Amino acid sequence: MPSLGADMEAGTLVEWLVKPGDWVKRGDIVAVVETQKGAIEIETFQTGQVEQILVNLHSKVPVGTPLARLRSEGEEKPRPIVAALLPTAPAVPLAAPSVPPLAAPGAATAICASPAARRLAQESGIEISTVTGSGPAGAITYADVELRLREAVVPPEKKRAPWLDLDAMRTAIAAAMARSKREIPHYYLQHHVDVTACEQWLSQKNATLPPDSRVLIAALAIKAVALAARRFPAFNGFYRDGKFEPAPAVHVGVAIAIRGGGLAAPALHDADQLDVDNLMSRTRDLVQRTRTGRIRSSEISDATITVSSLGERGVETLYGIIYPPQVAIVGFGRTLVRPWVVEGAIGLRSVIDITLSGDHRVNDGHAGALFLAEIGKLLQEPGKL
Amino acid sequence: MTDIDIRKVLQEELNNIAPEIDMAGVDPTADLREAMDIDSMDFLNFITAIHGRLGVDIPEIDYPKMFTLEKAIVYVRTKLESSKA
Repeated sequence: MPSLGADMEAGTLVEWLVKPGDWVKRGDIVAVVETQKGAIEIETFQTGQVEQILVNLHSKVPVGTPLARLRSEGEEKPRPIVAALLPTAPAVPLAAPSVPPLAAPGAATAICASPAARRLAQESGIEISTVTGSGPAGAITYADVELRLREAVVPPEKKRAPWLDLDAMRTAIAAAMARSKREIPHYYLQHHVDVTACEQWLSQKNATLPPDSRVLIAALAIKAVALAARRFPAFNGFYRDGKFEPAPAVHVGVAIAIRGGGLAAPALHDADQLDVDNLMSRTRDLVQRTRTGRIRSSEISDATITVSSLGERGVETLYGIIYPPQVAIVGFGRTLVRPWVVEGAIGLRSVIDITLSGDHRVNDGHAGALFLAEIGKLLQEPGKL
Repeated sequence: MTDIDIRKVLQEELNNIAPEIDMAGVDPTADLREAMDIDSMDFLNFITAIHGRLGVDIPEIDYPKMFTLEKAIVYVRTKLESSKA
C-alpha cells in the first residue's frame, strides 16, 4: 500500500485490475485504492509477472503492506510489489511533528490522550493507540476518537462510490492546510498582468478548431508557470527534513474544484516539456478524472509546485496556501477588462491578477518578485509558450 | 428537431456535468454558469458534447449565445435549420 499523502495511514483496496499470471510494465495501473482523497489508481513502478495477490478486495491495510507479489523477468524468486509501488518521492515523511507515529503494540501507556477520549475508546472497543491525535503535542482528543468511530462504521463496500467522499476529502484538506499554516512562513506577492495578447492568440487559434481541440487560457497559465519554475529552481521542489530539495522535473499541481465542495491538486507531469495543445488535452483529462474520482497514485504525490486558477468567474485575486512539502503556489484571479496605460495612452486591456505565495524558509520576496515577473513576461508572447 | 427535443439534449448534457442539479428547477433565463456553477472547463465540455451529439459547431465568439437555456435552445435550433437549408 503506497503512501499517497501526509495524512494517509491506510487504504482500502477496492479493485484489482490484474490477476496472477498477468504481465505488467512500469506505469501500468494495477489496482484502485480508496483513500481520503477518493479512489486512486495505483501504478506499478516495475516490470514483471504478477505471482500472487496478497490483499483481498475491500480490505483496509496500513501503508507499507505488500499488495501483491511480482516476479521480474528472469528472476527466480518473486518479490513483493510494495517496493515497486512506493511513489518515487519517498513515502512522504510529512507527518506533522505534533502527530506521533503510529504506536507500536504494547506502547499504549505512552499514548497521550484525554480521559474522556480513553473512556470513549474503551467503551467502543477501539485500541487507543490506533487513533491519530490532533490535540497539543499529538494528544488524542474526544473528537479524534469520534472521528475514528465514524470511519469505522462505514462499511468498505459503501465507500466505493462513483463520486468522491467529500467529508473525507475535507479532512485531508484541513490536515494539509493546517500543517502549511503551522509550518510554512508564507510571503505573498501580487502582479497585474496584461493578458490581451493571450486572449487574442487563443481566439485566433480556437476559431479554426473543433470544440474538443480548443485551448483555454488556463493551459497558457500552467505552461508559463512551468517554464518560469524551470528557470527559477528555488520555487520548484520540496522542503523536507529542514532543507529545500529542488526537483529535477517540473510537475505542476493543478488545483481542481470538485462540485459540492472538494478540492484536489493532482500533478501534470513534465508540464514544462509539453506544447500548449498537449498540455490542454492533458489538463482536460486530469480535470475529468479528478472530478470522477480517478486520480493516479503518481499524480497525487509528484507535484513540485501548484497553480490555482479562478477562471472566468469569481473575484480578481486569489492568495494560495502552499501545499506541503512544496514551497510555492501561484494564484490566477479572474480575467477583468480594465482601463490600462499602453504606450502613453489609456486603452481597454484584459488583465489578470497573478499572485505568488512563497516559503520564507527557502527564499525571499526579492527572488519571488523575479519569478512572478517572469511569468508575466512569458504571457506576453503566448506563441512562444 | 423541436424545441422540446433540443431542450432535452441540452438538459441531459448539462446534467452530465452537474449531476446533482435538478434541471427542472433551473430558470431558463438564468446564466447557466452562475446558476449551475459551471466553470470554463465545464462549459467547454458542454459545447464539445453538443457538437458531438447534434453536429452543431459553436464557435467561441458565439459562446455568450449559449449562456442561458432559453438562448441556447434558439441558437441551436437556428444552427440546425441553417445547416439543413
